[in-house]
Amino acid sequence: MTRNITLTINGKKRTDTVEPRMLLIHYLREVAALTGPHIGCETSICGACTVHVDGKAVKSCAMFAVQADGREVLTIEGLGADGKLDPMQEAFWNEHALQCGFCTPGMIMTSKQIVERNPHATEQEIRHGLEGNLCRCTGYQHIVNAVKAAAAKA
Amino acid sequence: MATTITKTETLVGKRIRRREDPRLITGTATYVDDIQMPGMHHACIVRSPHGAAKIKSINVKPATDLPGVVAVFIGKDTEKVGPVPCGASLPGLRVPHHYVLAIDRVYFVGHPVAVVVATDRYIARDAADLVEVEYEPLDTVTDVEKAIAPGAPAVHPEWPDNTAFNYHQEGGDVDKAFAEAEVVVKQRITSQRLIPTAMETRGVVAEWHAGDRSLTLHSSTQIPHLLRTLLAMMLGLEENRLRVVTPEVGGGFGSKLNVYAEEALMGFVAMKTGKPVKWIEGRRENFTCTIHGRGHVDYYEVAAQRDGTILGIKLKLIQDLGAYHQLLTPAIPTLSVLMMPGLYKCQNIRADIVGVFTNAVPTDAYRGAGRPEATHGIERMVDILAAELKMDPVEIRLKNFVGKESFPYATATGLTYDSGNYAAPLEKALDTIGYKKLRDEQKKVRAEGRLMGIGISTYGEICAIGPSPATPAGGWESATVKIEPSGKVTVMTGCSPHGQGEETTFAQIAADELGVGIDDVLVLHGDTAIVQYGIGTFGSRGTAIGGTAMYYALQELKEKIKKYGAMLLGSEDVAFHDGVCEDKKTGKSITLAEIAAASYRAMKLPPGETPGLVATNFWEPPNFTFPFGAHIVVTEVDPDTGAIDLKRYVCVDDCGKIINPLIVDGQVHGGVAQGLGQALWEQAVYDDSGQLVTGELMDYALPRASSMPWIESSHTETPSPVNPLGVKGVGEAGTIGCSPAVVNSVVDALSVLGVRHIDMPLTPEKIWNLVQAGGRA
Repeated sequence: MTRNITLTINGKKRTDTVEPRMLLIHYLREVAALTGPHIGCETSICGACTVHVDGKAVKSCAMFAVQADGREVLTIEGLGADGKLDPMQEAFWNEHALQCGFCTPGMIMTSKQIVERNPHATEQEIRHGLEGNLCRCTGYQHIVNAVKAAAAKA
Repeated sequence: MATTITKTETLVGKRIRRREDPRLITGTATYVDDIQMPGMHHACIVRSPHGAAKIKSINVKPATDLPGVVAVFIGKDTEKVGPVPCGASLPGLRVPHHYVLAIDRVYFVGHPVAVVVATDRYIARDAADLVEVEYEPLDTVTDVEKAIAPGAPAVHPEWPDNTAFNYHQEGGDVDKAFAEAEVVVKQRITSQRLIPTAMETRGVVAEWHAGDRSLTLHSSTQIPHLLRTLLAMMLGLEENRLRVVTPEVGGGFGSKLNVYAEEALMGFVAMKTGKPVKWIEGRRENFTCTIHGRGHVDYYEVAAQRDGTILGIKLKLIQDLGAYHQLLTPAIPTLSVLMMPGLYKCQNIRADIVGVFTNAVPTDAYRGAGRPEATHGIERMVDILAAELKMDPVEIRLKNFVGKESFPYATATGLTYDSGNYAAPLEKALDTIGYKKLRDEQKKVRAEGRLMGIGISTYGEICAIGPSPATPAGGWESATVKIEPSGKVTVMTGCSPHGQGEETTFAQIAADELGVGIDDVLVLHGDTAIVQYGIGTFGSRGTAIGGTAMYYALQELKEKIKKYGAMLLGSEDVAFHDGVCEDKKTGKSITLAEIAAASYRAMKLPPGETPGLVATNFWEPPNFTFPFGAHIVVTEVDPDTGAIDLKRYVCVDDCGKIINPLIVDGQVHGGVAQGLGQALWEQAVYDDSGQLVTGELMDYALPRASSMPWIESSHTETPSPVNPLGVKGVGEAGTIGCSPAVVNSVVDALSVLGVRHIDMPLTPEKIWNLVQAGGRA
C-alpha cells in the first residue's frame, strides 16, 4: 500500500509515492536525498532531525511523510541564498558552536525559530528553547553565544 | 567571537574559526548513513532480550520468506569470522572467545544473535522481528560486587569466580607509610557506568569488489588504520585488500575507539552477498551494544600526618568489565592506577585491581578513560582528609602539590610528569571566583540555614597517549606533507579527528611553518587508501603527537625547499620565510610556488636531492604529556527538593601551548558537560535480570542546554618539553577536572549535616533523602 504526496521542500514542489508508515526524516534523506537533517534517536528526543514544516520547527522523525502532504518543508539545505550563508549558520561558524557537527543542522533550525519567536531572548530563554536538541560535544555555551550573536544581527 | 583571517600572519594562538565547518553548517557533510550505493542492501541485527540464556533453536524461515529479504545469517554461519579482538594484555588475563554472532549462549541484553539483510531498511527491520529464537533464560549478575561474592551466577561457566584478572601495582613503602601515619581516612567511592552517547550512532557501509577481491568499509570510527589491520584478520582478508574509510564522524568520546562485531559482520555480509550493505545502529542498540564507560567500585585509604602531609595511598579497585573484553577493556583501570597520586608528592602507593565479568555490555574507554575515576578518587579523598583535619581544601592541596621546581617529576606509579606549576591555575581560579569572600558569604548563608557549598578539584591527567611501549598498538603518529606543483599544501595526518578541529589547528601550524595562507593548506585524514598508516584520535593525542609528526615533516620539507631555492637563485646562503626563499646577500627571492613547480618539473636537481616536495614523518613521543588545572564550583542545595543549583563554575586549565583558543574553549566546555553529566545526572542502570533500565534517551539523563551553568574558563600555559610545539592536549581535561569539584561542592554544602561523601550521580532524589535523614545515608 502506498500513497502519493505532494509537498514543497526548500521552495521546490515535488510528488512522490511513499509507504504510509515512512517517517518524514527517512523520506527527506532517502527519497528527496536531503541528508542534512540527521537521525540521532528516531524517538523525537535528540532533535538532530529538526526541520521546519509550515514555518514551525518539528522533529521529522516524529512525523510521517504522508503528514507533510501539501505542506512546506524547510531543511538545513534550504537556508541561505545566492551562495551566502544564513545569519544563523554564519553565527554558528563564528562562535564555534559545533564540533562533530551531527546535531548542528537540527540545532540551527531550532535556533532560527528561537530568534524568530523572540528576537530579544535572554540566555535562559535561549537555553530553554534549545532543550529539545541534544549536543554531546559543545556543552552548549558556544551555541548560546551563536544564537545571541545571530539575534543581535537580525 | 572568532577572527577571520584574510592575509598571511602568525596563526598559531589565534581564535580562528574552523575550516571544517562550512560543510557541517550547510548539511552537506557525509556521515556513514548519508552514503547511498546502487543496489545497496540494509542490515538489521537480531539481539538477545535476555541478560543470559542458552539458545535452544533459531528459525530464520519466517524472515527469509518475507519478500525483499536477501539473507539471514546466524552464529554458525559466521563462526569462522573474528573473534572480536581484545588488544590489551595483562598477566593471567582471561579472554572469552568473542564471536561476532552468539553461537549457543548469550551473555548480555543486546548480544547479537542474527543479522537480517534486505533490500530496504524497513523490510530488514520487519524481518528481524520474524526471526524466531528460542531461549532458555539463565541467572544473571550485573552488580560488580555481587558478581565476586560466593555463589554468584557465573557469567562465563568456565570461570565461576567471574574474575577476569587481578592486577597489583606498588611503589615506595606503603606499609611503613600507614604504620607511621597520624591519621588514616577510608572511603568507598564509586564511578558509575556511563553511556558515551555520541550523537551519531555507529554505522557501517561495506562494499565488496569481487573482481579485485577487495573490500571497502566505511565506518564511523576513531581508528581507521587499526580497524583495517584487525578487521582484515577477522575476515581472513589480506590487509592491503581492505580499505577503511572514515567519513564524517558524529562524535566518539572513546566509544568508537574500538573494533566491533558489526564491522566484521558487514564485511562478511558484503562478501557473501556481493552487494553493498549498510548497517546503522539504532539509539537503543547504541545504549545496549556500544561500549559503556567507567564502572568502578573503589576502596580508598589515605595515610597522612596531622599537618595534612599525605604519606600513602591504598586502592582496591573493582572494575565492571561487562561480559566480554572489547579492544581496551581490561587496560582502562590500569590507567586509573597510574594517575592515583594526582598532583601530590606522595611516593607510597598500592593498588589492587580485580576485573569482573558481569552480564552487561563491555566497558571500555570513555572520555578520560581511567583518569576521571582516579581523579575523582584522589580529589574526594583529599577533601575527606581536609575535613578530618579541619583544614581548608585549598591549604591541603597547596601543601601536597609537587613543587614547580621538581620537574621532571617521577611518580610512585612509574610516570615522569613533564612540566607543571600546579599552584598557578588554582590561584588563578581562586582569584576569579573570589574565594575568601565566598567563604565569608558561606558563613553568612549557613547562619540563615541555607546549604551552600564550595568545591575544588585540582586535577592532573595523562595525555598524548602515548609512547609505544605504554600502548597496546603503537603510540606514535604519522603525517605526510605534500607541497603540490602549484605550491598548495596538502597534509595527511594519521589521526582521525571527529570534531576536535584538527583540519584547522594543523592548518594553522603548517601555514605558519611555510609562511603561506591558511586557505592554501588542506588537511586530509581517515581513508586508509589515501593516508599513510596512523594510530587515530583518542587520549588527547591529536595535536601533541600527530601535530608533532606534521611539524617534523614540515622541517624536512623546509630544508629541501631551501636547497631548491639556493639552486634556483644561484645562491650559497638562503633564508626561507613568509613563503619565499631569499638570497641573504642579494635579497633576490623566489616564491614557494615557483620552487614547487621547479621541483616537480625537475629540469635540474640540487645535489643529492630527489624531485618533488613530499615528506612523511612517523613520530614516536618520548613521554606522555601531563596537563593539569583547577576547577571550582559553587552550589546551593534546595533541602525541600534535593535540587542542586550550580551557581558558579570556574575552571583554569593548563594544556600547554594553545594553538587555537576558540577550539580549546570548546573542548573544555564539552568536557565539563560530560563531567557534570556524570556528577549529577547520568547512570547506566541494569536491573538484576540484566535489563538496561536506562535504555534510551528518555531514561538516560544527558546534559541539556538548560541544565548547564555558564562556564568561566581560562588558562595558564606551561609548555610541554616533550614535543617541539609545547602542546599537551585538552580533549579530556574538562571531564577529568569536573566531577570531583561538583561532588566536593555538594558535600561541602551538606557537611553541616555531617555528610562526608556522596556517590554520583547526585540526583535530587538521593540528595533529598540524605537531607531528610539528617545527613545519614
